[in-house]
Amino acid sequence: MSQALTATACMGLDSGLSLRASLEQTMPADVATVNDSESPDRRRAAWMAAAQAGDRRAYEKLLADSVALIRAAARRQGVAPDGLDDVVQETLITVHRVRHTYDPTRSYDAWLTAIASRRAIDALRSRGRRDSRELHDDFALDQHPDSSDASAAAEGEQRAQRLHEAIADLPPGQREAVEQLGLRERSLSEAAELTGRNTGALKVNLHRALKALRERFHGEP
Amino acid sequence: MMADPQSHEALIGRLGTALVPVRRLPPPWLRTAGWLLLVAALAAGLLMHYGADPMLRRWAATPDLAWAGIGAAVTAISAAWAAFALGVPGRRAAWAWLPLPGALLWIGASGLGCLRTWIAPGTELAGVHQSADCLLFIIGFSVPLSALLIVLLRRACPLRPVLTAVLIGLASAAASASLLEICHAFDSAATDLLTHALAVIVVMAVNSAMGGRLLSKA
Repeated sequence: MSQALTATACMGLDSGLSLRASLEQTMPADVATVNDSESPDRRRAAWMAAAQAGDRRAYEKLLADSVALIRAAARRQGVAPDGLDDVVQETLITVHRVRHTYDPTRSYDAWLTAIASRRAIDALRSRGRRDSRELHDDFALDQHPDSSDASAAAEGEQRAQRLHEAIADLPPGQREAVEQLGLRERSLSEAAELTGRNTGALKVNLHRALKALRERFHGEP
Repeated sequence: MMADPQSHEALIGRLGTALVPVRRLPPPWLRTAGWLLLVAALAAGLLMHYGADPMLRRWAATPDLAWAGIGAAVTAISAAWAAFALGVPGRRAAWAWLPLPGALLWIGASGLGCLRTWIAPGTELAGVHQSADCLLFIIGFSVPLSALLIVLLRRACPLRPVLTAVLIGLASAAASASLLEICHAFDSAATDLLTHALAVIVVMAVNSAMGGRLLSKA
């Protein structure tokens, strides 16, 4: 049934295109370019229709084309420049998951922008939560000034440095799991989509990585 | 930060590898019609059991009850339609207002019933006990109706999960209230109206509390 639907959609598209081609031939060139209804939005709509039918090349072109639109939508919502790329990634994953909800007779840009704006708001909210926690920690530090501030800071830096080295030394799979799940606080399913691994493998890798790190830091003085 | 153009390319490549053909979601009106089939099946079952006569007799004597029933049915249809529309990214949030006219008719006509001084023949005023039955009827029928809507909408992408869940609650409570019309032995009195309002509020509150979470995971 879906194939029949796609087939008729394609046929409709084809006849539309040929009609437009014949119109363009009869019109002066400048009018044809201004009147060109093959706008970027329609082009992306056609790509998405093809992607829904399984056309990988159209899909990859569409996603690459979508990045700028997602960034623009995220910026409009007030996401800081250093947060834009995360919103792009989350949005691309969502687009992949809900691509069946797109109706090719409607605007692709409106569909994409709605998803991107929602992901941008999610990003702002989670960043807000993180910031409020960090603000709280700053307050605690101000209230309890450390007498040996400089040496404590240096020691802390050293410890962080050692931890980063230890993570870098992990096997690639384990390092990926720690980075995605531990440092970036992604959910299992998000991390699975981003890394292309299944959630079970990620869990095992995270577990092994934490065990290795624990042994490294508690094993040696 | 971590994500640079290269990592976008890598992600796009991975998503491209994972691409399989998908079945496009049918338009919102068609999905609404699918859900209404269940409501119609329940109505047919109730009509077979109770017959249409008591309902028609009550409606002929007190047209405001009939208007309230029609208002509830219109609310159910338009709220379900709005919920399905909000399940498609890019549709305007103004869809949420669609059930308003039906709801006004429903509330207005039921409220008018309270002001009436005569009682519809063959009915009585509901006591506390019967009111509890009405409450259970509306809530009981709302559970499967809401569940089906949630299942159907989890296949969509409701970007406003809580608003969508409220509409799901309204649709299923209104549909249950219109089903209740078929076997309702009581006239629209203040106690009865209060019970109905309470049931609708309970169904909508439970949906927005639970449905929002169920839908946002989708």
